Amino acid sequence: MAEPLLRVRDLRTYFYTENGVARAVDGVSFEIGAGETVGLVGESGCGKSVTALSLLRLIRPPGRIEPNSEIHFDGKNLVSVDEGFMRSVRGARISMVFQEPMTALNPVFTIGDQIAEVVCVHHGGSKKEAWDRAVQMLETVGIASPAQRAHEYPHQMSGGMRQRVVIAMALVMNPALVIADEPTTALDVTIQAQILELLRELQQKFGTSILLITHDLGVVAESASRVIVMYGGEIVEEAPVIELFATAHHPYTEGLLNAMPQVGQQRDRLATIPGSVPPPTAWPQGCRFHDRCAYAWERCATEHPPLYQIGAGHVSRCHLAEEPERRAASAEQRSA
Amino acid sequence: MRRHLVARLWQSLIVIILVTTISFVVIRLAPGDPFSYDAGTITPAVREYWREQFGYNRPIPEQFSRYVASVLHGQLGYSFQMHEPVSRALADTVPRTLLLGALALGVSFLFGIVVGVLQAVRRGAWFDRISSMTLLILYSLPDFWGALIILLIFAYWWPVLPAGNIVDPVLHDYMTPWAAIVDRLRHLVLPVLTLALLTTAGFARFQRAAMLDVLPADYIRTARAKGLTERQVIWKHALRTALTPMVTLLGLALPGLLGGALFIENVFGWPGMGSLAASAIRARDYDLVSAVVVVGSVIVVVGNLVADLLHMAIDPRVRA
Amino acid sequence: MIEPSAALPPLPKGTLQRLFGHRSARWALLAIALLIVGAIVGPKFLSSVAAVEQLDIVGLKNRPPSWAHPLGTDQYSRDLLARVLFGARVSLAVASLAVLMSATIGTGFGLVAGFVGGRIDTVMMRTLDAFLSIPRVLLLIAVLSLWAPVRLPGLILLLGGTGWFGLSRLVRAETIAARKLEYVEAARALGVPSWRIMWRHLLPNVATPVIVSATLAVGNVIALEAGLSFLGVGAPEPTASWGAIFYDAIQYGAIQFFAGSWWMLLFPGLAIVITVLAFNVLGDALRDVLDPRQLHGSESLPPAPVSR
Repeated sequence: MAEPLLRVRDLRTYFYTENGVARAVDGVSFEIGAGETVGLVGESGCGKSVTALSLLRLIRPPGRIEPNSEIHFDGKNLVSVDEGFMRSVRGARISMVFQEPMTALNPVFTIGDQIAEVVCVHHGGSKKEAWDRAVQMLETVGIASPAQRAHEYPHQMSGGMRQRVVIAMALVMNPALVIADEPTTALDVTIQAQILELLRELQQKFGTSILLITHDLGVVAESASRVIVMYGGEIVEEAPVIELFATAHHPYTEGLLNAMPQVGQQRDRLATIPGSVPPPTAWPQGCRFHDRCAYAWERCATEHPPLYQIGAGHVSRCHLAEEPERRAASAEQRSA
Repeated sequence: MRRHLVARLWQSLIVIILVTTISFVVIRLAPGDPFSYDAGTITPAVREYWREQFGYNRPIPEQFSRYVASVLHGQLGYSFQMHEPVSRALADTVPRTLLLGALALGVSFLFGIVVGVLQAVRRGAWFDRISSMTLLILYSLPDFWGALIILLIFAYWWPVLPAGNIVDPVLHDYMTPWAAIVDRLRHLVLPVLTLALLTTAGFARFQRAAMLDVLPADYIRTARAKGLTERQVIWKHALRTALTPMVTLLGLALPGLLGGALFIENVFGWPGMGSLAASAIRARDYDLVSAVVVVGSVIVVVGNLVADLLHMAIDPRVRA
Repeated sequence: MIEPSAALPPLPKGTLQRLFGHRSARWALLAIALLIVGAIVGPKFLSSVAAVEQLDIVGLKNRPPSWAHPLGTDQYSRDLLARVLFGARVSLAVASLAVLMSATIGTGFGLVAGFVGGRIDTVMMRTLDAFLSIPRVLLLIAVLSLWAPVRLPGLILLLGGTGWFGLSRLVRAETIAARKLEYVEAARALGVPSWRIMWRHLLPNVATPVIVSATLAVGNVIALEAGLSFLGVGAPEPTASWGAIFYDAIQYGAIQFFAGSWWMLLFPGLAIVITVLAFNVLGDALRDVLDPRQLHGSESLPPAPVSR
């Protein structure tokens, strides 16, 4: 396989707070290839946003990326490069789209200015050039009368349009990787679909890789080719998208899939995963999911599972990989 | 936006009328009148005559309506003390106070912004704590005392700057144009500096708080994610947004500034509105006193209006 | 009649503890306490001491600080330390009473304006704007000199009567925010009379900014009164406020003789600065301790500096 665009090895990001050390990201490794869309899924508190911010080294004190982490990109380890180099990467080689379009844009500058700013910072050149590029980008993301709207302010636009502007800002320098952190969560469902469609188009057009972070499996099903599931600051499952939906292995993934209400289903109650996410200052011993897992047994409480290989490109952090018979037994138990 | 502007203008007009009323009431209701001072050579008949000439024997409501009418016409009355229309007496002094005030306001505003931003960015660091304490002490100095101390230091113990007045009383007329300008500037330094020192603290504290509010915002994170240097993030993005409440503060600081200017003018012998007011009050020059109060308030009202406009200019969200 | 309980406690638990824990607040409280004690006890103590000595009118004139007279003497052979302590009484008393008055008027005005709203509110606000536009010092000087002579009670009334405008605005803003709280709406729905709503439900809400503002105002008024005396229009002759000491000093030409009688200007000034500083620090600490989150409108922004 060709050299991956991004290779993350054992990323750890800890927050040193008054209440203890919060291990928000605790040993995460994955790769993203050129032109790929990878989905990163999990509940709030599982560490996916922190992972995203760590990739761009946007973690502020009291948080810190632990020194042994590796983020390989463009032949360099982003964890150890100096800040100046990192700045040249942000916005130009790797850029980010944030969750809240309402607050992600500075209210006192025009949207044209804010997009052009990215160009000026990374490309230099005249202001006019930067402005023209900004207008061009606005058109690409599907905003009508871009030349006019570029003079408008964020508060004059709807949430969906603002998100398009944010995407324009992220793509104007043609980055190799775009990290989209819950890009559609704050938007209406119909707008959601539009934004996702836009992202797909842009990816096709520019060949950008996308790391799509979300808690919504539906979004992932539509857009990603590969899915990573996170829980408790770790990756608990990774698989190509179709395989994940068809044959999810990890009980947590199962739980997530079951919790998705589907049209045509006959059910009295929505299935939920019992319990709640433990605090990152105190991950449970053994498997971090064991106290919410339907299949857990003694081993799960004491032995922290590694990532077992399930199939081609499919891994799962669950002891059921070694003792698959327990899954059926447990299911029987429950239906009995 | 235009509607808002018109509404504000009406508001300001009403306020000015109210101020005129208050000033009139306060001053006219005082015991006596301009002609009740002791002077053995003036007979009661002469006093009565004067009173009638200047309308002080008319019923109060009538005096009031006449006064308001004339003020709206721009005629602020006649000053007995200076033997000239009030407007002329003011014409000299008001610009001087405005100069002093504007310079001090500008200096303290800029200085306050810079200090406030630096304090917020390095929150808790030694700079923050020491400057906060220094500013707090400066803020706690009574206006006149601060002026006295500065006068003491710079005009007596270390006499580098002139101790008062607006220009050198003796030599100014004989100076070359360049030297005259320098002379004026030298005389400006201490009063402006003192007034600015007293006002900076308020701005710096406010700016610090405003910045601390803005720094955790999402769009600041976006700015960093775009690859901007920390300096650009702070001084271009964060400051810009934190500036909007500061502009409103400009307007609110005006009454205090004028009050401080009064003391400064007194201590440094700066011949502005404050000095005029003091002598007018001593001489029971009613019209002049009213006028000073009204003009002072008009300056505040206009200043607030300007601050409002600036606010609209800076913050696009308000323009809708 | 059953009323919804005023759910908001006026002070969060542990306020006093937090106040004492606040480092700078401790100094401020100590300074103020010393000041009050000195003001009450000092003059009695000193006069009992002084009564023993013979007053040497000529010899004691204008002496710089010494052991017998730690702060020096003035041109009337009065011990400056005694004058400063006496002055503390007057200044503190005047300031406290004046602030009490302005806090009361301001809170009342603001509550009514915020609660009633509508056209009455607009009228009240315009009036407030007008008063706020007049520089306080200017107005005070004008009134004090034209209505001269003004005795001490009159001075207090004037100081109190000119200091409530800014507070009023604050209270109004808080009232408007608090008006929307559910238990206030509930009380209205139950037919609770307005004044009772204002007194029992709204007042506790607005207490915080009022307390902070009042504390800061005491320092302000002390400085203001000193300034007025400096200009010759402050407390009338027999009363020796700190400002009066200044006035005497200036009268005597202390400025020209700066090299000479510097103590006459320095010590009362220091007294004022330390006192004002103490009240400012205390006010800030109170603002922190009384939970900034209770201040709805301005979030964590400090209230705009009120005109001095």
